[in-house]
Amino acid sequence: MISRKTWTALALAALLPVSAAADEFTAADVERWQAQFDEVAAEGRSLWTDSALGTNGVVCAQCHPNAANTHPETYPKFQKQLGRVGQLWEMINWCIRNPLEGENLAADDPKMIALQAYAYKERRGVPLAPGKH
Amino acid sequence: MNGRRDFIKAASTGVIAGMLPVSVVRLSHAAPENDFTFAYISDAHIQHIKGNQFVRNWDRGLIRAVAEANLLEPKPDFVMFGGDLAQLGSKPELDHGAEILSALKYKTHMVMGEHDYYLDLGEYWSDLYGDQYYSFDHKGVHFVVLNSILTYDDWTFNRWETPERRMSEMAGLDNPNGSPFMVGATQLNWLKKDLSKVKKDTPVVVFSHSPLQKIYKGWNFWTEDADDVQKLLGKFDKVNVIYGHVHQIQYNQIGRIAFTSVMSTAWPWPYPQSYAQAESHLPVLTVPMNRADPFDERDATGWQFVDVNTGRVDLSFNLYSNDNRKVAFNADKGHPEDVSYPQIEIAPQRHY
Ligand code: HEC
Ligand SMILES: [Fe+2]
Ligand SMILES: [Fe+2]
Repeated sequence: MISRKTWTALALAALLPVSAAADEFTAADVERWQAQFDEVAAEGRSLWTDSALGTNGVVCAQCHPNAANTHPETYPKFQKQLGRVGQLWEMINWCIRNPLEGENLAADDPKMIALQAYAYKERRGVPLAPGKH
Repeated sequence: MNGRRDFIKAASTGVIAGMLPVSVVRLSHAAPENDFTFAYISDAHIQHIKGNQFVRNWDRGLIRAVAEANLLEPKPDFVMFGGDLAQLGSKPELDHGAEILSALKYKTHMVMGEHDYYLDLGEYWSDLYGDQYYSFDHKGVHFVVLNSILTYDDWTFNRWETPERRMSEMAGLDNPNGSPFMVGATQLNWLKKDLSKVKKDTPVVVFSHSPLQKIYKGWNFWTEDADDVQKLLGKFDKVNVIYGHVHQIQYNQIGRIAFTSVMSTAWPWPYPQSYAQAESHLPVLTVPMNRADPFDERDATGWQFVDVNTGRVDLSFNLYSNDNRKVAFNADKGHPEDVSYPQIEIAPQRHY
């Protein structure tokens, strides 16, 4: 790993604005935040195969292996059937209500957050493309 | 949204028969008396909830395919069902699926899918349908049905404490605890013997559930010993492999073997390249379908109608909510192509 000192030197040498030079996050903080995220994403993965989200035994992974075809990077976007620009969680609720024949989750329900964390994690690295279909 | 949605409106006003792909394409050097057709329905995934309740969405897909296949004119010589009749291999699911299929007015041949198999290792399925691999001859074509969804014995027999657990582990497409599909030594020996009686210029059509080519291991779009099977098939002049499992249109050519997949009547799967963390392995010949519309239950599902002429198979995809497609063997180019997109020139692979 490149040390902070080296980064600073490089940045100064290039006469670029210094973005992460002084007052850096501690490694312990970074680790803790990542671990918190990973834990929630793992919870999302469990929910992805959990029929308790619905009433008919169907699970998300049946149609979205590895959260494929969820395109979190395209939100917010227009969905014809919502009739307006909506958020990822609204489409998750749509899939809970229809293929899973279940009940909506609140936007800030920990389960809803976990489902989204997993979808984003599987889609990491794909450029943001809000509004795109 | 766009034109592909209009089809369902037309279909639901009662002109389904007129929409069905019914043409038998004859090539000039074909023996017309040997042309025939069959229908292919696959991956119904009938799913039990409890008591006499089943997931309505999957039921509807299969019921519709059966009803439409019964309307075909000219009549198909037989129907193939390509595997995954059930979701979790249970008796109620296999019975309910069998009941829906029993409305078909034609002789029906069955292929084993992993969702039919891993609860009781095919026992109840075999009570209903008999052999898990077999061959038959029809109008000069040699047909072979393989059970391609077997796997390593250690996974099947030693790994799971209950049959239910084994079934649910194999049922998850993206489950890292799954195990790659294979045909296995017993069937390979049988296949070798079976094919030894077949002349080199006899057209051969093979039905399997998994692809008999290696596409993407992470989702078991894969057969571990595909190379061995391809070696046995590759010596015939005209070989066609038709497979289910992938719930999407794929086609490919490897040597003399033409591969075409079929659709599911239950739900579509994204193409492997849409999974951002995996390398793409889609057969290069394939012109993929657009993404499905989640607001339309039947989008990107359907069934197929197959013309057999000059020993090659032409598949007409009867897609419930999308433009129908046709993947036919182009004899000049020596590989299958989508007849609507012939301008997309892609050279076939030599090998996967
Ligand atoms: C019957 C199959 C099926 C099931 C089961 C299912 N979905 Fe979907 N879902 C779809 C289809 C088809 C789409 C449209 C895909 C697309 O737009 O590319 C979709 C769209 C979505 C989208 C929006 C994708 C986009 O590109 O805008 C999200 C998010 C989503 N589903 C999440 C879920 C979650 C979470 C579950 C489980 C609670 C679930 N789905 C269950 C079929 C399903
Ligand atoms: Fe399937
Ligand atoms: Fe399958």
